[in-house]
Amino acid sequence: MTSLTGLTLEGARDGLRRKDFSAREMTAAHLAAMDAARTLNAFICETPERALEMAAASDARLARGEGLALDGLPIAIKDLFCTENVATTAASRILEGFKPPYESTVTANLWRAGAVMLGKTNLDEFAMGSANVTSAFGKVENPWRRRGDNRPLVPGGSSGGSAAAVAARAALAATGTDTGGSIRQPASFCGIVGLKPTYGRCSRWGIVAFASSLDQAGPMARTVRDAAIMLQAMAGHDPRDSTSAPVPVPDFAAACGASVRGLKIGIPREYRIDGMDPAIEALWQRGIAWLKDAGAEPVEVALPLTRHALPAYYIIAPAEASANLARYDGVRFGLRVPGESLDAMYEATRAAGFGAEVKRRILIGTYVLSAGYYDAYYLKAQKVRALIARDFDEAWRQCDAILTPTAPSAAFAIGEKMDDPVAMYLNDVFTVPASLAGLPAISVPAGLSADGLPLGLQVIGRGFDEATVLSLAAALEDAAAFAHLPGLVAGDAA
Amino acid sequence: MALDKATVARIATLARIRVTAEELDHLAGELSQIITWIEQLDEVDTAGVEPMASAVHQSLPMRDDVVDDGFCRDRILANAPQQANGFFVVPKVVE
Repeated sequence: MTSLTGLTLEGARDGLRRKDFSAREMTAAHLAAMDAARTLNAFICETPERALEMAAASDARLARGEGLALDGLPIAIKDLFCTENVATTAASRILEGFKPPYESTVTANLWRAGAVMLGKTNLDEFAMGSANVTSAFGKVENPWRRRGDNRPLVPGGSSGGSAAAVAARAALAATGTDTGGSIRQPASFCGIVGLKPTYGRCSRWGIVAFASSLDQAGPMARTVRDAAIMLQAMAGHDPRDSTSAPVPVPDFAAACGASVRGLKIGIPREYRIDGMDPAIEALWQRGIAWLKDAGAEPVEVALPLTRHALPAYYIIAPAEASANLARYDGVRFGLRVPGESLDAMYEATRAAGFGAEVKRRILIGTYVLSAGYYDAYYLKAQKVRALIARDFDEAWRQCDAILTPTAPSAAFAIGEKMDDPVAMYLNDVFTVPASLAGLPAISVPAGLSADGLPLGLQVIGRGFDEATVLSLAAALEDAAAFAHLPGLVAGDAA
Repeated sequence: MALDKATVARIATLARIRVTAEELDHLAGELSQIITWIEQLDEVDTAGVEPMASAVHQSLPMRDDVVDDGFCRDRILANAPQQANGFFVVPKVVE
């Protein structure tokens, strides 16, 4: 029998429908793989009992021939999604003991489609980070290692636990969230597919908020089709999120097989930056050639504001975070550290509950919103954001999608880039512009660095045109035929 | 622009985060580095540009004015660090 953990989401779905194996067998194989992958620290909370219960319910439906879209498929949930009666931490001490009395819309949609919850994955605290080193529950390790070098590497962030779990075959797929690159960059670092949908495609209701005008949930999986299948179940209008888009959800899996012939692919020269790994530049050129071979037409486009996207993001995101995180006050949920007065209690609670990076961002956000600095920093950044969105609008007159590298480097070792917050922020230089403009973007594993680490290519599309993004991603995936495996494969990969 | 320790202490108070004297030292350095890096935005000419607050190009939807949720006080209070008689309890605020 084929290894259950090595299947794609789609292959597992089809096998369950054919009754080649049961949902309980599928779940048990993944629970064993999670055990074998424990050194990665990819999960904050494992939910084996719930998983087996959900799998039993799936088996009953499948036996009646009433299988749902994702019935019996074990997936992992980033611990930023509120899950009813299951501890939700955002990887922060300040949410200690918090069990949400409600379920996020995206996870509710997944359970309604029959998916099985394996557990909650680790992340950077409040999704603030690019290396999954800021979690209060410890760092996550990347299942990949450099060739001839056994130092543990970061999985990227903030959805690092989700990326590591999917890459190590400890989950068929996982949810992530992406504010400035938190799905795409870890997908690139771990050699998997990560899709950030258009802002508004998936409901934000019940997701712990970081920067509300940027946060968006999306799928992380091992193939483009799997990402499409999972997004299908996650997406849709939700009246409980006022920014959720009341638009129809197209058939994403069908888009994966669509021809890319005649599509114009924008190549932005501004994404060529100093100090970028030459293997990434070479991979980008190969990606252009692959899409050309598939019938698409590369065109040069200009996105002149690109280098200003990152500093604008590091005003807007912390500003929104400083407002969103004001709710952690020790009164209604989570940690409380006693104090003589109400203010003393707030200050002691927030000092003990937040980690260093979260504090830095709250302080930056508070500063740029404070009297006398609001216009110079916050309003200025919002104007630059408007210009960045305008850059993309101009580009769409000449092309149907844009191809870039996902990140300026491969995964780095745990401990590197730790002393310099700005150096860490540069990880997101290629992912942040699409976030600011609210556009859909995907990372597809496309090759290896000189020392054997996965590298991703990014496709950015027009708003609500995930279909074109997926069709191009599938074409890249076919051409790249990326079949490399990480050093640590917890389940059987074959 | 460099942020001095007094400025950092002021924003920490605004943000209700207690910082120690040692933390103030390195925070002032780190925050100054970030703010200085951010100031490259001054190079961008934004005259006449409308600030963009959201990528959503629609007005906020309105819902019907009916109660569709609620009556779950105990479930909400279940997460409170301290509660009594159906209320959240906080340190005394009125003398």
